[in-house]
Amino acid sequence: MNKLMRIALAMGILLLAVSANLAAEGNAEQPAPAVEQTSEQVRIKLASTTSTDNSGLFGAVLPIFEQKTGIGVDVIAVGTGAAVTLGKNGDVDIILVHARSLEDQFVAEYYGINRRDVMHNDFVILGPTEDPAGIRGMKNAAEALAAIASAGIKAKAGTIFVSRGDDSGTHVRERLLWAETSYSPAKAGDWYREAGQGMGAVLIITNDMGGYTITDRGTYIAMKENLDLEILVEGDDQLFNPYGIIAVNPSIHPHVQYEAAMQLIAFFTSIEGQQAIDDFIVSGQQLFYPDAVDPRLLHQGE
Amino acid sequence: MESAFVRAVKLLISLDHEIFQIVSVSVRLALSSTLFASLLSIPAGILLGFSRSRAVHGIKVVLNSLMAIPTVVIGLFVYSMLSRSGVFGSMGLLFTRTAIIIGQTLLIFPIITSMVLGVIKSVDPVLKETLTSYGITGTRKHLIIIREVKTQILLAIAAGFGRVVGEVGVSMMLGGNIRWYTRTITTSIALETSKGNFEQGLALGIILLIISLGINLILHVSVKDEA
Repeated sequence: MNKLMRIALAMGILLLAVSANLAAEGNAEQPAPAVEQTSEQVRIKLASTTSTDNSGLFGAVLPIFEQKTGIGVDVIAVGTGAAVTLGKNGDVDIILVHARSLEDQFVAEYYGINRRDVMHNDFVILGPTEDPAGIRGMKNAAEALAAIASAGIKAKAGTIFVSRGDDSGTHVRERLLWAETSYSPAKAGDWYREAGQGMGAVLIITNDMGGYTITDRGTYIAMKENLDLEILVEGDDQLFNPYGIIAVNPSIHPHVQYEAAMQLIAFFTSIEGQQAIDDFIVSGQQLFYPDAVDPRLLHQGE
Repeated sequence: MESAFVRAVKLLISLDHEIFQIVSVSVRLALSSTLFASLLSIPAGILLGFSRSRAVHGIKVVLNSLMAIPTVVIGLFVYSMLSRSGVFGSMGLLFTRTAIIIGQTLLIFPIITSMVLGVIKSVDPVLKETLTSYGITGTRKHLIIIREVKTQILLAIAAGFGRVVGEVGVSMMLGGNIRWYTRTITTSIALETSKGNFEQGLALGIILLIISLGINLILHVSVKDEA
């Protein structure tokens, strides 16, 4: 390689970087099916949970909204606790989460306004087929956790509970259930493991350990084919899992895209948005059930 | 797992729109960060390299320690600056590509600076003496020395590029792994792994390997030519 070619190469790399950089200044690229990108396009940031994002719900529903309004939505998938914090700091425009206690506090402290119910599914307690703690078919979720703890403390082989441990909505619910038992997982022994990761990762870890965990049904269904875990406890009212959407209050954070955020809330709670949630099927099963409109307005079964 | 490589090749051949976009975001961000870091690091490294001040030793120690900082710590530091509650919050840069570039630039600034500094310091003293004996001093002497070590400086830039294209902490924390926007190869691998799609993650990993292999191959060829 001669000197000239080397210089040309260096210049080429430099030019590439500069042009890349200019391109990087622009906004997000659009996926093929969505609307054409314009420089003035409004984009909002939605902080939401790993459970909704990992299941593919947003991928199915948001393109309809983007097509309709031309507003782009950037999803940041974190735990509910982190999503609420992002909202409090004004780093996102809107949140869609599932931990009613945190949501109510978020609204009560004026960080969020216009909370609306969007949809629900339910939590289930998963475990290995052998079920060493013997919780299969129990009707009370807290009692099932107590049985796991009791078996874990007696060091019954294979009794491990894997907790999200990340302040997510699922973790918040898990702690509420523990509070109803006489066991305190904070002081728990070896049988209680805090993973500190998202729902999908925790399911994989639990599966590997052959342990128990609590999950939203949506993520479980979405990942079922990779798991040996079974649903052992379900149907308790305590396992109801509602999702709410909340706009960040523009009087606290004047920079937020409030109008666009309200349009997203309007869409999620509209017949069209609710229908899209209702139509979202993974492996033949519905993952989320719309809550914002009378179900008679939606046409069932596709 | 044996099909991961096949899958990677298939992904590459299929020119899947999303994969292509993820790869292009990764490469463009890494190139931008490397460019910015180089613009700062190379002059800094050269200045320090030619400086006779005793402080240079201290600075080198600091630079070497900074090289060991975990990416998540840099991510967290920049995050606290860019968050709306932070010093530069009003600029609204968190969860943008610019945020990733800032973080990655900070990440490799010490690496490139330290390497360039080392390269200048390690120039054969005979060359310096010879230049002086010919009456070549000052800026001219420095320029000749820099020309002498330019391939090693190129290697320092490549090391910086390799570091940023393969890092996940900064990109995840400052970019937010937003689909079609700040999702890079590494954040995508983290996401696919968390969803249990190990093959897809591995396939993306292989693509990453091919990219860094390509970059290093180009460099190797040009450096070998020089020698």
